[in-house]
Amino acid sequence: MNRIGVFVCHCGTNIASTVDVKAVAEALSHERGVVISQDYQYMCSESGQNLVKNAIKEHNLTGVVICSCSPRMHENTFRKACSEAGLNPYLVEIANIREQCSWIHKDITTATEKAVILGRTAIAKVTLNTPLTSMESPVVKRALVIGGGIAGIQSALDIAEAGFEVDIVEKEPTIGGKMAQIDKTFPTLDCAACILTPKMVEASQNENINIYSFSEVSDVKGFVGNFTVKIKRKARYVDETKCTGCGLCTEKCPMKKVPNEFNAGLDNRTAIYIPFAQAVPKIATIDPNYCMMLKNGKCGVCSKVCTAGAVDYKQKDEFIEKKYGAIVVATGYNPISPEKFDEYAYSQCPDVVTSLELERLMNAAGPNGGTLLRPSDKKHPEKIVFIQCVGSRCDDDRGKPYCSKICCMYTAKHAMLIREKYPDTEVYVFYIDVRTPGKNFDEFYRRAVEQYNVHYIKGMVGKVTPKANGKIEVQGSDMLADEQLRIDADLVVLAMAIEPDKSARPLATMLTTQMDTNDFFTEAHPKLRPVESATAGIFLSGVCQGPKDIPETVAQASAAAAKAIGLLCKNSITCNPCVAHSDELMCNGCSACEKVCPYGAITYENKEFRMPDRTVAVRRVASVNPAVCQGCGACTVACPSGAMDLNGFSNSQIMAEVDAICK
Amino acid sequence: MQEKMKQRAKELLADGTVNRVMGWKKGEFGYDTTPAVFRSAEEIDKYFVCDDFTNSNLSKLLVKESKKDGVILAFLKPCDTYSFNQLLKEHRIDREKVYIIGIPGGPKLDAEIIKSKGITGITGVKNVNYTLVIDTIYGEEKMPFYEAVSVKCKSCKSKKHVIYDELIGDDGDILESDRFDEVEKLENMTSRERFDFWQRELSKCIRCNACKNVCPACTCEKCVFDNPKSGIENKAVSDSFEEKLFHIIRAFHVAGRCTDCGECSRVCPQNIPLHLLNRKFIKDINSLYGEYQAGADLDTKNPLTDYSTDDCEPSIVHERGVE
Repeated sequence: MNRIGVFVCHCGTNIASTVDVKAVAEALSHERGVVISQDYQYMCSESGQNLVKNAIKEHNLTGVVICSCSPRMHENTFRKACSEAGLNPYLVEIANIREQCSWIHKDITTATEKAVILGRTAIAKVTLNTPLTSMESPVVKRALVIGGGIAGIQSALDIAEAGFEVDIVEKEPTIGGKMAQIDKTFPTLDCAACILTPKMVEASQNENINIYSFSEVSDVKGFVGNFTVKIKRKARYVDETKCTGCGLCTEKCPMKKVPNEFNAGLDNRTAIYIPFAQAVPKIATIDPNYCMMLKNGKCGVCSKVCTAGAVDYKQKDEFIEKKYGAIVVATGYNPISPEKFDEYAYSQCPDVVTSLELERLMNAAGPNGGTLLRPSDKKHPEKIVFIQCVGSRCDDDRGKPYCSKICCMYTAKHAMLIREKYPDTEVYVFYIDVRTPGKNFDEFYRRAVEQYNVHYIKGMVGKVTPKANGKIEVQGSDMLADEQLRIDADLVVLAMAIEPDKSARPLATMLTTQMDTNDFFTEAHPKLRPVESATAGIFLSGVCQGPKDIPETVAQASAAAAKAIGLLCKNSITCNPCVAHSDELMCNGCSACEKVCPYGAITYENKEFRMPDRTVAVRRVASVNPAVCQGCGACTVACPSGAMDLNGFSNSQIMAEVDAICK
Repeated sequence: MQEKMKQRAKELLADGTVNRVMGWKKGEFGYDTTPAVFRSAEEIDKYFVCDDFTNSNLSKLLVKESKKDGVILAFLKPCDTYSFNQLLKEHRIDREKVYIIGIPGGPKLDAEIIKSKGITGITGVKNVNYTLVIDTIYGEEKMPFYEAVSVKCKSCKSKKHVIYDELIGDDGDILESDRFDEVEKLENMTSRERFDFWQRELSKCIRCNACKNVCPACTCEKCVFDNPKSGIENKAVSDSFEEKLFHIIRAFHVAGRCTDCGECSRVCPQNIPLHLLNRKFIKDINSLYGEYQAGADLDTKNPLTDYSTDDCEPSIVHERGVE
């Protein structure tokens, strides 16, 4: 005999303003099995919880239905309260009458009607609930950091410092990421390499950190505390254990016409290469798209000059599989391509460059050894125009709808550095708004305008036209002076919008984490859980979660590390008892469930069964490992005969819910 | 052909390779053939038949037969080998216990079509230059051969055997089939027209369960329609909505596993074109996840129980349904 208690929450006015809570409590009190139905202003408050606890004792309840906010908010609160009152916590059901009802309806009549239906559905479900007991599952004390930029390095260092093993998987031959390409950093103007490379070295020297460079994550299985990750170690055709990083091979390689990605394609490198002097690990890599030995078997110079015998043209991609307790995602960003913005003449004129290219043009390790020269004729530019928001805050599909956040500050930095080093250069900046919220940021921008006399022009550039005399005509509007400007510039710099790295989308699928429409990873809560993904055990670090500058990235990286450390500290975590199980008498042994299980929790065994005709038959049946199952329910949907069922969300409960809605 | 098959079956029985033979025997009428298991050369000589009417797919019967002692010989037409492979993939058949001889496929004939022309008392048929010469107890009748071909053979997808131990006759090729044309016609209807079409067809259903019983994808240990716990067990149709559910649930259950063998429509006593429901699923799978033929091999994963990072987003599927 069911004895069900129904508790309807007002949530202040959140629910009560659009749902007649008293009417809901009254309507639900007539449902079969309901012995008490009450409403209260804040059910999650201590007095609200006491109301539930007392009712359990007084009425000897066998099930509790709370009509309140989303179970994501307070399901645990009420489970704990019921458990304290002696009721199994899995005999509680939440009817979400806030997010799924009061917040989305305006009309009280319809909202109230819907709240009653949602309550009735939860009652139908709770009637079929069974008491469940949680189990414990061990935590693998190792973390994986995906991406070896400043975000990944910082997260890895913090986790390693706490005493846990960390692996960094970096797809490029070296760690360092975008920050390694940047010349100076705002607002202090210190050299990026000078502050980044010590961290790179620290990461490589830390005993707890293991760097898999030139590697990619190719598969992720498992769950929080117990992920199994397959890592693809791409063939670099150089034995990592033998290469000393002497660089002789890169000097002798005859294939010298390979665009150098580290210098944003502004100069060339060799087919066997070390990306930059401070690369970590400092190991050569052969680019198979250009190496003549790999392409047509003719050359072999690097192998001959290598005294360590490290070159191995027959190397193949290797796969390794390791277990991790926590995963930090730090996949970073890329500037978008200027190709779609043809009005800025990027593809027609070498002297129209992106900001990242300008970083390299100004860097001492760049193509011009640190002297700012035009790419076309290697002359000093005398007039430079910066164009902001190229593709950022963009309302068509050429660009991105969001603000890329870093461009205002780095453009002020560029302008200031140029005016400092080459005071005879005139610098113009076309902007929509200048956004400088950050410590010492606005002071920095004002210095560019007031001390360095950078010409900031509020307005957009309509057209950039390269002219025969080598000048570039920039046509733009000055909205404050309300006039059209034509500037004959020598160099034009485009502040391209940034976007998440292309590897993030397939990775999100592997990790079963969520992304927004711009492919930024979604945090578990935008305010209160900003570094966790909604998938337990997956943490977010850096720009993969949203545009941010270096200080913010580092702060988030450390926050993600702290969350990961909090998890790795535990010896075991409590598992969800809502796991699947198979009815062996109905199981066909078809393997459909095994194929869809993302956790590898299902195995098959041959079992003997006594058949109705008194014979014994051996049948292949599914068996679920409850410690591995995460209760996603994929198997119950895939099972053709309905043999698979999920505790707490059984097929019959779901049917009962549907019936209650359709009644 | 029939003689060669009988000969080979007797040889394999004699040398002990197999202890049973699965083929067809004549039923009450000549055109009324039915699957049968033979245990001796005498039985084969007396009853074994393989002719223009041996339509039925033997693969499903091997689920039970392969659990018995000894190896069974099965004669499989190309389309039947797809069903066999699919069942093998689902671990429903013990491969070691079946010896497969691939035999050429159709086109097979449908006696119901001949009878619908008013020709009754059929005792035998002959194909003379694509004219079907029919012997009846009332004398000889004629009709174009093609018109008498079974629906499932008219849109044959393959003459290739995808699994066998030996072949009698030559192996064929996968064919360019127009089997999705009719599905396209349904897709081009308005939702009202389509609803009316299925309403009309499915309201003819008498729930005889022939489609479910013949379907090689329906081999569950306990069918949901026979399971009191499923909530849909043995439900008699109580209104015009429910009568559609049986076939729609069945189509969902076999989606991604249906090899399009066409048996469901062939056995339907009410001539409901059930295969069109399954073909719609196949067509959708092909267009959403890339070409997939259930049973074509043992390794390719069923796209409905597999994911790859370039799978389409659910919104694409949703938007297609919006009119």
